[in-house]
Amino acid sequence: MLKIRNLEAGYDKLKILKGISLHVKSGEIVTIIGANGAGKTTLLNTITSIVKTTGGNIDFKGVDVTNVSPDLLVKKGCALVPEGRQLYPAMTVKENLILGAYTLYRRREHKKALENLENIYTMFPVLEERKTQLAGTLSGGEQQMVAIGRALMSGPDMLLMDEPSMGLAPLIVKDIFRTVEELRDKGKTILIVEQNAKAVLEIADRGYVMETGSLILEGSAEDLLDNNDVKRAYLGRDYKDFTD
Amino acid sequence: MIYSKDYETMKRGDLEQLQVERLQVTLNRVYRNVLFYKNLYDEKKIDISDIKSLDELASLPFTSKEDLRESYPYEAFAVPLRDIVRIHSTSGTTGTPIVVGYTKNDLKIWSCLVARVLSAAGITSTDLVQIAFNYSQSTGGLGFHYGAEQIGASVIPASGEEVLKQIQIMKDYRSSALVSTPGYALHIVSILEENGMDPQELNLSTGLFGSEPWSEKLRAEIESRLKIKAFDNYGLSEIIGPGVAFECDLHNGLHVNEDHFIVEVIDPESLKVLPEGEEGELVFTTITKEGFPLIRYRTGDISSIIKGSCECGRTTRRIKRVSGRTDDMIIVDGNNIFPAQIEAILFEIEGVEPHFQIILNREGGLDVIELKVEVSSNLFAFDEIRKVQSFQQKIQQQLITSLGLHAKISLIESKSLGRTKGEKVKRVLDLRKL
Repeated sequence: MLKIRNLEAGYDKLKILKGISLHVKSGEIVTIIGANGAGKTTLLNTITSIVKTTGGNIDFKGVDVTNVSPDLLVKKGCALVPEGRQLYPAMTVKENLILGAYTLYRRREHKKALENLENIYTMFPVLEERKTQLAGTLSGGEQQMVAIGRALMSGPDMLLMDEPSMGLAPLIVKDIFRTVEELRDKGKTILIVEQNAKAVLEIADRGYVMETGSLILEGSAEDLLDNNDVKRAYLGRDYKDFTD
Repeated sequence: MIYSKDYETMKRGDLEQLQVERLQVTLNRVYRNVLFYKNLYDEKKIDISDIKSLDELASLPFTSKEDLRESYPYEAFAVPLRDIVRIHSTSGTTGTPIVVGYTKNDLKIWSCLVARVLSAAGITSTDLVQIAFNYSQSTGGLGFHYGAEQIGASVIPASGEEVLKQIQIMKDYRSSALVSTPGYALHIVSILEENGMDPQELNLSTGLFGSEPWSEKLRAEIESRLKIKAFDNYGLSEIIGPGVAFECDLHNGLHVNEDHFIVEVIDPESLKVLPEGEEGELVFTTITKEGFPLIRYRTGDISSIIKGSCECGRTTRRIKRVSGRTDDMIIVDGNNIFPAQIEAILFEIEGVEPHFQIILNREGGLDVIELKVEVSSNLFAFDEIRKVQSFQQKIQQQLITSLGLHAKISLIESKSLGRTKGEKVKRVLDLRKL
């Protein structure tokens, strides 16, 4: 579904992505794990053309989408759940959700948008209960649901998720990732960038490890969980566990 | 059967994407973790992020046996030693072995790759697989052992048991598959025939033979005399061991496990990459190994990449059965030996002249190696049989301890090895019909 070759991007003279190649097959959950500052968010922002690509190419569903305008990718069926949710706190839950369907409204597909909204309410009943509440008053977990719901409003085939576990309690993280699995079971393809390696590798099919703008490991989620570098760097197991 | 259908029958475009990804990831890792590669690339001013396609791999320098020998023992490992769970080794050119380390994940992948080899030969969980490779430092025994367990077959680690015991096991345990060198299979046949046993009494139906080159003629001979189907497979310890390439039942070349190894064929003289179909030296790059990744490793084995795809359904490219070596390495009963190693040993022994000849023969399926060594004439002058014998034994013992090589030693007078003017003595005389 998504094929990336030698992607390079950065901010002015600062090169962040140093030739990233990766792919996501239809129906897969793929994760990119890495520490703060590895370039994970830049990667998602480059895929969605929020940050301009300086080299390489991105192929989505067989079409070259390198440096297209961000809304075109949404129309093609790929939506972003941004880092830190980025909700409008002073707007209601429903209003926030509806914003995600702007590409549908522009095409006058009001009915489709309404249908999607109903589906999201079925998936997250709590959002229906709180649809008139201001988004800023929700808990972190609920806000993340709104962010996911908003991305789903355009009816995408693929979701790009940026650190969905950020700032959430472990139990809530589990809930969110269970939702991600459900979405996959419903046929969505998902690319998640995460710092919480353990949680995400438990639901992912495959993964990549990113360090300072380069990918240094690729493998099945199971293999990555078994990799000692991953254990040391991302699973919070220190050297003592290995030497004792 | 195709063991990893998802990968072995991948669309070529998807496979190439995967290869590029894995190659780049491996390059990033070796540059960070292996001093040899970091120095090599820094010295040649190579920026690994310039490798954007499989074609550009050709711009990277090769890794040779010499390079690995200089990294003895652990310098070329890409992970700390505590992450290594298995260590194998292989003979180097001048005595220093090449040491190969595996992480847990490496072993897991290796088992699955050997499972592909076995599955392609029709081995399933109902088979009894007798492994007659020595379970030693070399990778053949344990490599096949874990691969066979991976597919759930019953494994008989017969290892280096002597041949009558092997035959007894084969008969009593009803082994259905034999894993060994082709020469050893032939040896089993001749012992069977010598003892008046009928191969039909055995339950054997499949043989997987490797670790030395063997011809179609030899295959036909083994198949007809042992009443089995014989499959070739290819691998080398530096790359992973068995599991690099293997035959499917169409016997039409060996499928390379391209999702784990990138294969190239080069001209050993000009070092240029050769197009498909042209014969040259096999070069491999590992793209998933954690412990001991290698970039463009020169194998010294001669083969070519076969054009077109195989009818078995696998999309992986095939190489021709290995036909020989680019160097003077000889393979004796599956063990790799360089004449230079023998020379180094002889050099240490007083009274030996630096001239010798290795004569290889095959008797009853087994390789017989004879070493003709020139000795200084004053040794013969003593004319004491016992002294000569003890001298012979000394050389023989030294070869066993250093190389594990059992050779017949013939001492000959200085300058008696036939050499015409200006010509060097032919180091190796291979009389085997491989």
